[in-house]
Amino acid sequence: MSNVSVLIAGVGGQGTLLTSRVLGAAAVKAGYDVKVSEVHGMAQRGGSVITYVKIGENVNSPIIEKGEADILLCFEKLEALRWLDYAKKDGTIIVNDQRIDPMPVIIGREKYPDDIISRIKAGRSGVFVIDALKTAKELGNIKVLNIVMVGFLARKTGIKKEIWHEAIRETVKAKFLALNLKAFDEGYKLAESYSN
Amino acid sequence: MKKLMLGNEAIARGAYEAGVKVATAYPGTPSTEITEFIATYDEIFSEWSPNEKVALEVAIGASFAGGRAVCSMKHVGLNVAADPLFTVSYTGVNGGLVICVADDPGMHSSQNEQDSRHYAKAAKVPMLEPADSQECKDFIKKALELSEEFDTPFIIRLTTRIAHSQSLVEIGERVEMPLKQYNKDIGKYVMMPAMARKRHVIVEERMKRLASYAEETELNRIEWGGSTDIGVITSGICYQYSKEAFGDVSYLKLGMVYPLPEKLIAEFASKVKTLYVIEELDPFIEEFLKQKGISCIGKEKLPVTGEYSAGLIRKEILGINEDTAGLQENVPVRPPVLCPGCPHRGVFYTLRKNRLTVTGDIGCYTLGSMSPLEAMDTCVCMGASIGVAHGMEKALGDGDDRRRVAVIGDSTFIHSGITGLIDIVYNKGTSTVIILDNSITGMTGHQPNPATGYTIKGEKTRQVDLVKLCNAIGIDRVRVCDPFNLEEFDKVVKEEVEANEPSVIIAQRPCALLKTVKYEGYVRVNTEKCKYCKVCMRLGCPAIVDTGDGIIINEALCGGCELCLGVCRFNALEKAGGSNE
Repeated sequence: MSNVSVLIAGVGGQGTLLTSRVLGAAAVKAGYDVKVSEVHGMAQRGGSVITYVKIGENVNSPIIEKGEADILLCFEKLEALRWLDYAKKDGTIIVNDQRIDPMPVIIGREKYPDDIISRIKAGRSGVFVIDALKTAKELGNIKVLNIVMVGFLARKTGIKKEIWHEAIRETVKAKFLALNLKAFDEGYKLAESYSN
Repeated sequence: MKKLMLGNEAIARGAYEAGVKVATAYPGTPSTEITEFIATYDEIFSEWSPNEKVALEVAIGASFAGGRAVCSMKHVGLNVAADPLFTVSYTGVNGGLVICVADDPGMHSSQNEQDSRHYAKAAKVPMLEPADSQECKDFIKKALELSEEFDTPFIIRLTTRIAHSQSLVEIGERVEMPLKQYNKDIGKYVMMPAMARKRHVIVEERMKRLASYAEETELNRIEWGGSTDIGVITSGICYQYSKEAFGDVSYLKLGMVYPLPEKLIAEFASKVKTLYVIEELDPFIEEFLKQKGISCIGKEKLPVTGEYSAGLIRKEILGINEDTAGLQENVPVRPPVLCPGCPHRGVFYTLRKNRLTVTGDIGCYTLGSMSPLEAMDTCVCMGASIGVAHGMEKALGDGDDRRRVAVIGDSTFIHSGITGLIDIVYNKGTSTVIILDNSITGMTGHQPNPATGYTIKGEKTRQVDLVKLCNAIGIDRVRVCDPFNLEEFDKVVKEEVEANEPSVIIAQRPCALLKTVKYEGYVRVNTEKCKYCKVCMRLGCPAIVDTGDGIIINEALCGGCELCLGVCRFNALEKAGGSNE
């Protein structure tokens, strides 16, 4: 397999760090070399947060640059737009259709763009807009929207479902394991309904 | 067994396997997790020290006593620890001593972009630089061994992308290292002129031995590729970027970046057609080559500022412009903000309202300088808020209206604010200092500190009594006040700024992210009462939204801290949800 690059974009607090760790763990279990890159500290305080996961036979640089991501996994749609150019032209873009206003919008200084989804879809075929927040709400905890997204993404990889389950078992706290496994399965199912 | 590990976690694992006895640190991104992971091993005594200088001194003591020791910090922390560093270079060690320093090219979470390699050269201390997590683990073990062999501290230099990237690491077992015998030796351990002069000679001899070691060690390796048209000398994360950008060319990968192997470099340079030096930040390796008359291409093509990447190397050196779509336009930025419920919000709202000049400091609360609070005027380094306020007062002299406060977090105050406060008292200043006591070290991810009463392992310990401390150094006016009690806090600030003597206000309210903090429900806008005056917008709370024709509360974000209830003159903000509904 040639290297697969996944860029995860979200807003501080949405669980991008945990998501990248689940992806990393699953890739290791599937026998690949992996690098996961995170940024901690100031960026986490409600700011725009991205993490990179690179999977392959041999991975050197841990970072993903413009036009390099095979998959863009976005927890918020403005962040999807912000990082859009990091995706390959034929890359897969999975967007959680959620709006979280950044401070310039909150204080009325700037407008939240209303044409985000159409801008993302323009000239691209592999765009999947999903409502992971709704699924997470139905599961009773909005925090698991990240794992719903992981479930959706899992369908787009060659890695088996059982391996993903194991990766989640290793990564999340025991107290939340059952809920997270359920969230994964829901996301996985959601991806089935999208498959063409 | 192989495990996916952060560079920082791998450093911790290496310290564990190498039989380290004592690990010290002051938290600082991107170095913090080293000591957090070490704290999970009960075989190692670990501590959060009050600052990096103390951390290094404790590690030095552990080394003198015969145990292996590791001390970790971010790049700017090494400035604080520079004093002991330069002299422990002279004393040398007993048990192995390694200082881990994490640089932050690109300044993801720092106030400057300094290159710590200069410290290795200036302090005459050897330095290793790992290129992935496996090397993080291997290099710290090697550095501890070499430290004992060459009787010198070692520095391990990390950068953000090494410290905060995960890659696979082969796990080993811990090997207990018996304490080495401590022998009294004033010629070695007491640095006074007579002894230090002799030790300096030893240091210079040691550097020569280390320079020849650098020629042979497997830490530095040549990888001959399919082509010798291009040769690349590089280290750390830049090795990874180079491999990806240049592919199958020849590399001299340096694991030891100080001292540098002159002969090995010359040999490599003589066998390649074009020689590149790829290093982030300063031309540290490049200048060495040029000084030795070896021509190479480095900073004439690549920047001294910011992070590198494979793409940057391809573009600037190979002239390959990647065909990517243009940047997306009209995407509002998403800067970091103070969290909903943040106790600092009450402080900055009040300071802004009073139009005070605010000398600031390092922590979450530096975000108080951002719009719409815009309530901070300066931020230089840890502890600087207090000295800067005092200096302003002295420069302005008689004409000073003294409408000014210094703002500093509890952990930062312990780190290096106390000495500044003593200076104000001693030199007859009248500044007001606000200590933001949120019961934790926030920005780096919730580490306990001496003002919290808990150790790194969560054990209870004696808590610094900030009031008594301030009293003891001569501050008579010390007030403790909840910054969410806006009326009271405003009154206290006004009185203390007025007072013609130094004063301290301890703004006490815990960080909203602490598990012990339980706000309930949320706030909602009574649209009949709301006059859309937007005063509540001045709080800069991410849960209060101006839609363009009214104010709404984002209930998902609102934690129910109720701070905003106190700023609305029309009582249009009401508590909802929670146990009273």
